[in-house]
Amino acid sequence: MEFLYKPWPWYVAGPIIGLSVPTLLLLGNKKLGVSATLRQICAACYPANIPFLHYDWKKDSWNLFFVAGILIGGFIGGTLFANPEPVALSKNTIDLLHQQGLTDLSGLLPSELFSWNTLFSLKGFLLMVVGGFMVGFGTRYARGCTSGHGILGLSALQWPSLLATASFFIGGILFSQFVLPYILAL
Amino acid sequence: MRNLKYLCVGIVFGLALTKGEAISWFRIQEMFHFQSFHMFGIFMTAVPVGAISLFLIKKLNLRTIDGENIATPKKTFHHGVIIGGLIFGFGWSLTGACPGPLYAQIGGGYLVTIITLISAVLGTWVYARIQPMLPE
Repeated sequence: MEFLYKPWPWYVAGPIIGLSVPTLLLLGNKKLGVSATLRQICAACYPANIPFLHYDWKKDSWNLFFVAGILIGGFIGGTLFANPEPVALSKNTIDLLHQQGLTDLSGLLPSELFSWNTLFSLKGFLLMVVGGFMVGFGTRYARGCTSGHGILGLSALQWPSLLATASFFIGGILFSQFVLPYILAL
Repeated sequence: MRNLKYLCVGIVFGLALTKGEAISWFRIQEMFHFQSFHMFGIFMTAVPVGAISLFLIKKLNLRTIDGENIATPKKTFHHGVIIGGLIFGFGWSLTGACPGPLYAQIGGGYLVTIITLISAVLGTWVYARIQPMLPE
């Protein structure tokens, strides 16, 4: 059971994530992708009269089972067998986050930023509500996310996926380095 | 019932994301500041494993368990790949979550991230609404 409490090194987690590509294909010709489920939820709950949301979402309901599994996997790994130690970040990152005003680096997310109390502050609103909105808007506009483009698309040597993945990283690097510090200082 | 197998794949996938700390806001900041190899290591092992598997599926002409042909996944280019990709990158930096971790963070006990997920669904809905006006 020890290995369930401990964090997994990248050379364990990475290959398991990569193996989901052939597993899904062999089980039923399914293509790894998570952001499509956000569209599925829209189509199921409130398609309004939007053409992009009018399609047979039930035909692709496999991916709703897949993300329900991800949530359960998160529960097993993050709640049931939570790592009691803080994430083993590099010293530079720890220094940087302290400098940016975070004192508590325990858990997987900083409780000083992600909590019901901070949700109603400007900082928390930007991090969770605006951030989440950008994730949903951006991934659908890009037609895929880190799994669909970054793992599956790159594995299949698709050049649009290389451009997409590069854009994800350029966006994230620029934002984390030049914008986020101002938000954390709010 | 035939969808239950995807639930099982999802559990393993979510467990690897969580135990690999790919759902951690801290790890995402560390990655975007190039301060550790950890997250890059995950990508640099996941992609070759996926690529070699796809190569083998093609080479050995493997079929699905129901005997169907497996076609190589294709992705097409349009402007959204870059513009949408950048917007997603901003959101990834803010939330510490790409869509997979959106679900895993909730399961991981950070219940407030339900709001992040709902907001992501809303973002997708707004995209769908204004899609005809955007360059594709």
